[in-house]
Amino acid sequence: MNRMALRNVVNTQTVALVGVLLLNWVLFPGFFRIEWQDGRLFGSLIDVLNRGAPVAILAIGMTPVIATKGVDLSVGAVMAMAGAVAASLVVAGYPAWIAVSGALALGLACGIWNGILVALLDIQPIIATLVLMVAGRGIAQLVTEGSIVTFSDPTLVFIGTGSFLGFPMPVVIAFALMVLVTLAVRKTAIGLFIEAVGVNRSAATLAGIRSRLLLIVVYSISGLCAATAGIIVAGDIRGADANNAGLWLELDAILAAVIGGASLLGGRFSIPMSVVGALIIQAMNTGILVSGFPPEFNLVVKAGMITLILMIQSPLAGHILGWFGRGKRGAA
Amino acid sequence: MHFNKFVLAAGIAAALSSSAMAADMTVGFSQIGSESGWRAAETSVTKQQAETRGINLKFADAQQKQENQIKAIRGFIAQGVDAILVAPVVATGWDDVLTEAKDAKIPVVLLDRGIDGPEDLYLTSVASDQVKEGAVAGGWLVETVKDKPCKVVELQGTVGSTPAINRKKGFEQAIAGHSNITIIRSQTGDFTRSKGKEVMEGFLKAENGGKDICAVYAHNDDMAVGAIQAIKDAGLKPGKDILVVSIDGVPDIFAAMVAGEANATVELTPNMAGPAFDALAAFKKDGTVPPKFIITESKLYTPADDPKGEYERRKGLGY
Repeated sequence: MNRMALRNVVNTQTVALVGVLLLNWVLFPGFFRIEWQDGRLFGSLIDVLNRGAPVAILAIGMTPVIATKGVDLSVGAVMAMAGAVAASLVVAGYPAWIAVSGALALGLACGIWNGILVALLDIQPIIATLVLMVAGRGIAQLVTEGSIVTFSDPTLVFIGTGSFLGFPMPVVIAFALMVLVTLAVRKTAIGLFIEAVGVNRSAATLAGIRSRLLLIVVYSISGLCAATAGIIVAGDIRGADANNAGLWLELDAILAAVIGGASLLGGRFSIPMSVVGALIIQAMNTGILVSGFPPEFNLVVKAGMITLILMIQSPLAGHILGWFGRGKRGAA
Repeated sequence: MHFNKFVLAAGIAAALSSSAMAADMTVGFSQIGSESGWRAAETSVTKQQAETRGINLKFADAQQKQENQIKAIRGFIAQGVDAILVAPVVATGWDDVLTEAKDAKIPVVLLDRGIDGPEDLYLTSVASDQVKEGAVAGGWLVETVKDKPCKVVELQGTVGSTPAINRKKGFEQAIAGHSNITIIRSQTGDFTRSKGKEVMEGFLKAENGGKDICAVYAHNDDMAVGAIQAIKDAGLKPGKDILVVSIDGVPDIFAAMVAGEANATVELTPNMAGPAFDALAAFKKDGTVPPKFIITESKLYTPADDPKGEYERRKGLGY
């Protein structure tokens, strides 16, 4: 039983995360130093959690989508739209709760739209969500009229930069969402349904799963998560930057899910491991910042690290490691 | 009542005179798009400048596509405009369409960016000197810190982009020979607020919680605004504990100056059209050929230059 629990925590993802963190520590000795400052925790490790939170939240929504053999390319654009709507509403004088609900409702609507295109019209997910990826940023730019809408609403700013029990709000929100979605898919049959639809949608439908409704729900959750991330990012900089908010983050979210062990062919998925994947990506970003490399190296270093991590996770590497493991056990 | 009539008469007179001038000159403007706040401000300032001069401006937004710009320019030629302004989205591929404009004897003025092509295809180009922008920012720092040692962190623009390369170069030229000023860290913040904040957070952690940093130089104001928030989160006072100098002159940096959190910005003026219209008017009047490259002023603004007024002046321009 104990060994089972240990095996749940020690796997390639967590080993990779610890590896990246240790590498950061070698490059920058103060990496693990955490201080208590102005009623909140302060340090590079907290930065990794805080800056990784938006991508982690996107990954929480993206992972079930990928598990249904789909993909949601629109999440970055939905972030930009949600931020733009929330910022415009508070600037227009509406209270924060209306701004937040408005942004979340928009995310939900975007998710339902994607879900309908995929589930009812049977459009391939990569194309169906590409529509909103392109159009969404345009809509966000229309809302903000191409400029950064700056606001100072305390509630929205708190969502982006506040803290709860010493942890930054984005981290608290990401953690709560992770627990919520994980419980929803693993303590009910929904997770199994998602995997069944991802492996073979026709078979799942014939077995009695309402796969269309399930797909719409899964894309809606992704839209909601994207809107949440969008509100956080806008609150963080006290402004909605329609041109840059969430730009290319859909790719980071997909990468996080894949590092977390999800298969793009559908089926297998794990929400917590996707979150670990997002943290691995952010740990690399933060590591590059504190290490003092010239910026020309950023992308090369990142690509090299990701290739290494994916190679370690590949089936071939698994076989080789397994073979070594058997050899050792045989010798003992 | 009399007064009203007078105002009305004056209004009609003004309308008549401006329409008479509008008959003078019709100018087509092919704009890249509205990818940044500065671009949006350039569009609105161009429209304002045309209106005050009584120029009939035909505006075409290319949505970041060269083919749309070429189409728009061909449209302007077909309509027989008196002059064409182009903010070229890319540097190459303009020879054919600009030759058509030349054959139709329509002068072309390039705004904000240059092209790779024969210089006789356009009347003049109006642009800023990005190396000088960096140099003005660096010069301000040299004068401000004098002989005191100063460790600078730099927030670069997008890696490999022309403004990032030139603004870095200009700043380094300005601080060369002042061994008390050194750039200790330099990373890209992609010209965005959120990346500027994230990178600054990393710098602050890496440099003893920011106590070792004397100044931050950001290649644009947006990154500086992000850095200011990061400095505040680290428990330091931006503008005092860490000097903040950046480039562009967007409204939010003036708001930060009002709050005492930013120290200097170098303006990249959105008024590229004003000098262009002046050059065109002189050219139309007596054939005065303007210099091939008109360089706009890179003006330094500090809290002594009425930041509140500058903020009010700019906030309606669509930045």
